[in-house]
Amino acid sequence: MMLRTEPFVVNIGPQHPSSHGLFRLRVTLDGEVVKDLELVLGYLHRGIEKLAEGRTYTQNITLTDRLDYLAQMTNNWAYVIAVEKLAGIKVPERAEYLRVIIGEMMRLSSHLCFIGFFLNELGAYFTPLFYMFRDREKIIDLFDMVCGQRLNYNYMRVGGVSHDIPEEFVPALKRLLDEMPRLIDEYEQLLSGNEILLARTKKVGILTKEKAINCSASGPVLRASGVKWDIRKVDPYSVYDRFDFEIPVGSVGDVYDRYWVRVQEMRQSVRILKQALEQLPKGETKAEVPFLLRPPVGDAYGRIEGPKGELGFYLVSDNSIAPYRWHVRPPALLNLTALRELAIGWKLADAIVIFGSLDTILGEVDR
Amino acid sequence: MTVALGVEAVARKVAETFPVTTITTDRDALIVPPESLLQVAQYLKDTPGFDFGYLTCLTAVDYTDYFEVVYHLTSLKHNHSLVLKTRCYDREKPTVPSVVSLWQGADLQEREAYDLMGIVFSGHPNLKRLFLWEGFPGYPLRRDYL
Repeated sequence: MMLRTEPFVVNIGPQHPSSHGLFRLRVTLDGEVVKDLELVLGYLHRGIEKLAEGRTYTQNITLTDRLDYLAQMTNNWAYVIAVEKLAGIKVPERAEYLRVIIGEMMRLSSHLCFIGFFLNELGAYFTPLFYMFRDREKIIDLFDMVCGQRLNYNYMRVGGVSHDIPEEFVPALKRLLDEMPRLIDEYEQLLSGNEILLARTKKVGILTKEKAINCSASGPVLRASGVKWDIRKVDPYSVYDRFDFEIPVGSVGDVYDRYWVRVQEMRQSVRILKQALEQLPKGETKAEVPFLLRPPVGDAYGRIEGPKGELGFYLVSDNSIAPYRWHVRPPALLNLTALRELAIGWKLADAIVIFGSLDTILGEVDR
Repeated sequence: MTVALGVEAVARKVAETFPVTTITTDRDALIVPPESLLQVAQYLKDTPGFDFGYLTCLTAVDYTDYFEVVYHLTSLKHNHSLVLKTRCYDREKPTVPSVVSLWQGADLQEREAYDLMGIVFSGHPNLKRLFLWEGFPGYPLRRDYL
């Protein structure tokens, strides 16, 4: 006997444990198989781009903290790089090193969060997450030492960083770096070879190289698809050309590769941090920049390799104290472009895992 | 190091291929009129030597006299970049052809520009507001929106 079936629409979110914030997926299902998927965004839209047009260049650094709230200081960094490009400001060498140190710590912390939440989506509820948060806590403590904050750091300034690191920071970071490779080994031992993880992620949600490039994917998502493209290497900003590190690249472009690339990136971050601490010069940490900065008329696009991908700021100046236009190129939003095609044909539970593997953060998507 | 291509040289080459269009340059950007945008974009994407296969960033700016849509293009093959701009002077219904057929990465970015700046991207497969709800009055990122 033939059963009459019809497609069924399910709303996942906006309040859902796997939605990484307020976010709705409108999924059309045939049984358990995803037939269509639509993104419904905007639940966290705060109009940051409009807000920024009414605040000075320095005040806007605070707003960048609220974009990707798991990697705040890389947002600060991308923004100040764009302003420095716009106004032609040179940053002291020590400040550049401090930025690299902070940026790589931020990458570690962001990837730890990714692994924790991603495993949550696979059904390993909270045990891996607590391992990750145990170690992320150590990084956050160091940030607390640097700028007295644990969430919205607001540490970078146009022309440098807000103040120098305290004396006890370097030895504390060295201790953490000695410990970190062992911790990453521990995660890999627990997770990377885990049979359930492999069964759920291998060959699931394959993003081909061509598709990844065409969809403007960036960061670990692009590299997992086999594209060796890391802005730290191909367009070195700050002092990244002075460090010796590798770019991990995936081979298949499936969910597992996106996980694996991030774990390997953590190892490379530790490598960069060790070199940065060795080379850390003495000197000024902030260039002389007027408090009310008036960049010359023009536009500039500044970008960095953030933990989620290429984070860019497009700024237009009309020579007043506030930017004329302030646009963010959010890696998390652009990585979502491919989600629909990745998820179609997979079971609903796999679609959640594919979504999780893109490391979406809604503060940045909605802005 | 990503090399920003010299716009003058690119402008000459594009003008040779499309003699009818008016190509201008402004600082380090190539400016094409909206009606030939799609052709020029296709040319930049497919011509060997340019190979702009990656659309880095798409956004719109309101200069009150006109709207400017800005495309940051990158070639992952040659590691060079180019800024392409187009201007439209109609404030009521500014229309620019959609480049989703060339770069799928433009999909959500064009929807965002439509949502917040009110630029209509003709030929976009699903031009709906991205963040705000349908029926939201006005376009917040325009300079005359208070």
